[in-house]
Amino acid sequence: MFGNSQKTTQLAEEITDFTVIQGRSLWQDARIRFVRNKAAMVSVFILGLIVLFTIIGPYFAVWSNEEIDWNVMGDVRGMGMPSIETGHFFGVDDLGRDLYSRVIQATTISLLVGLIGAATALIVGTCYGIAAGYIGGRTDSIMMRFVDILLAIPTTLIIILLLVVAGRSFFTLFIALGAVGWLTMARIVRGQTLTLKNREFIEAARAAGVSEFTIMYRHVLPNLLGVVIVYASLLVPEMILIESFISFLGLGISEPYTSLGRLIAEGAGTMGYGTLWQLMYPLTIYVAIIISMFFIGDGLRDALDPKDR
Amino acid sequence: MLAYSLRRLLVAIPTILLLIVACFFLMHYAPGGPFTSERPLPPQVLANIEARYGLDQPLWKQLWDYLYNIVVHFDFGPSFKFKDRDVNDIIAQGFPISLTYGSLSFLVATVVGVSLGIAAAIRHNSWIDYFAVGLGIAAQALPNFIMGPILILTFTLWLGWLPGGGWNGGQWPYLIMPVIALATSYMGSIARITRSSMLEVLNSNFIRTARAKGLPTRTVIWRHALKPTLLPVVSYLGPVFVYVLTGSVFVDIYFSTGGLGQAYVGSALSRDYAVLLGVTILYGALTVVVNLLTDLAYAWFDPKIRY
Repeated sequence: MFGNSQKTTQLAEEITDFTVIQGRSLWQDARIRFVRNKAAMVSVFILGLIVLFTIIGPYFAVWSNEEIDWNVMGDVRGMGMPSIETGHFFGVDDLGRDLYSRVIQATTISLLVGLIGAATALIVGTCYGIAAGYIGGRTDSIMMRFVDILLAIPTTLIIILLLVVAGRSFFTLFIALGAVGWLTMARIVRGQTLTLKNREFIEAARAAGVSEFTIMYRHVLPNLLGVVIVYASLLVPEMILIESFISFLGLGISEPYTSLGRLIAEGAGTMGYGTLWQLMYPLTIYVAIIISMFFIGDGLRDALDPKDR
Repeated sequence: MLAYSLRRLLVAIPTILLLIVACFFLMHYAPGGPFTSERPLPPQVLANIEARYGLDQPLWKQLWDYLYNIVVHFDFGPSFKFKDRDVNDIIAQGFPISLTYGSLSFLVATVVGVSLGIAAAIRHNSWIDYFAVGLGIAAQALPNFIMGPILILTFTLWLGWLPGGGWNGGQWPYLIMPVIALATSYMGSIARITRSSMLEVLNSNFIRTARAKGLPTRTVIWRHALKPTLLPVVSYLGPVFVYVLTGSVFVDIYFSTGGLGQAYVGSALSRDYAVLLGVTILYGALTVVVNLLTDLAYAWFDPKIRY
């Protein structure tokens, strides 16, 4: 019917060329928005540097974090200051231990505490929230009432109480942090599940005979991921904050382990003696971690939850 | 409104009771009682001590007595560590101090935060706006235990203007730093919430209508924009009050103000469970009451909300 003119060939090519208008998935869209966010990208870069520092840093350390430099110990103020020659890049602490190695150790532990605490909260909170929201009815109200009651108790006091009663250890600390973190997560997930569970695609899945558990796992959970990721990313710095607060009081992580909060407390205790570096190095890294994590969380929220802008 | 208040109250009371029961069982099953020492006591002595503290009674009786004394007599029992003081004495000594600078910080954070947020929203993109936004960001990274050392470093060590700690009957030079340390981060958050809320309200239709009918800016802001702006702020104030209460634990330790926090951490370190539980229950109960008040204030503030 049509001749084989150049024009028709071109038209045919354009019609069959699907690369011209390529659809973007939700995640691609989010990634583009996140990469465009300058503050978030700078924060990712800074956080990356800090993580790199905790990984590579130990290879440059001259002193281990447990060794005491007996030469310097007598005169920390005069001889223990940061210098390349003595190998104490960040100086020494009050007992003559190398602060560089201690800061690396503390940063690693603080980051781990944040990640594990948030991960515990994420897993427990998501399971609980989906179960409550999806099952609904009386189960839902009982489960959420329980969350409300727990939420009414001041978190730091409960963590301190748990740490004292169950003994101070890493395990207890993670359990205690997870125990207070999952509550808000459960609430958010439950709210989101409530709006999702009456949508058509869930109904379609149910009509097709998919089991309830599979619906929760395959259909509800993926749609929750955006909200969950955003909240979890904001939870990490919060966990680090709480842990530091408790360690500052001397009730958190105990020697030989240390965390940034503990180092800041030690530095703050000795700053009257002119050894200011003991406060400044951990403080700077701490503030950098917290601020960049909040910016990353904000960026993720803008990227994954566009209606919130 | 009345039905709603009653319903909320009905939830609040079991919450407090549950808190007391949970704390009681935590204390009971904690390893290492307050009387375990390196030199084991003769069994007769131990029996006498346990009788003195009522620990020889069956568990349900102990729980009942504990609950009964708290609810009816407001009596948290004797301290396990200090032979001559009970928990009430310790609370009575420390709580007024904590409450004094706690409420002051709360007041400062609210008043300054809200004013700053409103000013920032009205003068959008001006220097005061940037200051408020900057403070909001800094607030997230400057919690009380970071502010404390920074303040002491500046005002005590470098400038030498303020005493580095102590209470001295609450004279104002001793109050300034604890209050600032406690208030800063919440001030920042409140300013941020107020600012974004005000910006949203100022862009809404009813404000445009008010402007269009020729009302002066002052009237528009105070009569029309202020109330809806403060709604999210009010709901944030309840948590802030709780944070200020728990934050006082830090201030007491760091500035040696002699408030309840010192007793709390001291009892945590020496396993004086009676004091630990007494303070936790007191703060928990206060939290529940404050949350209740916040909810009621919210309902009163926003007549659109139907419960």
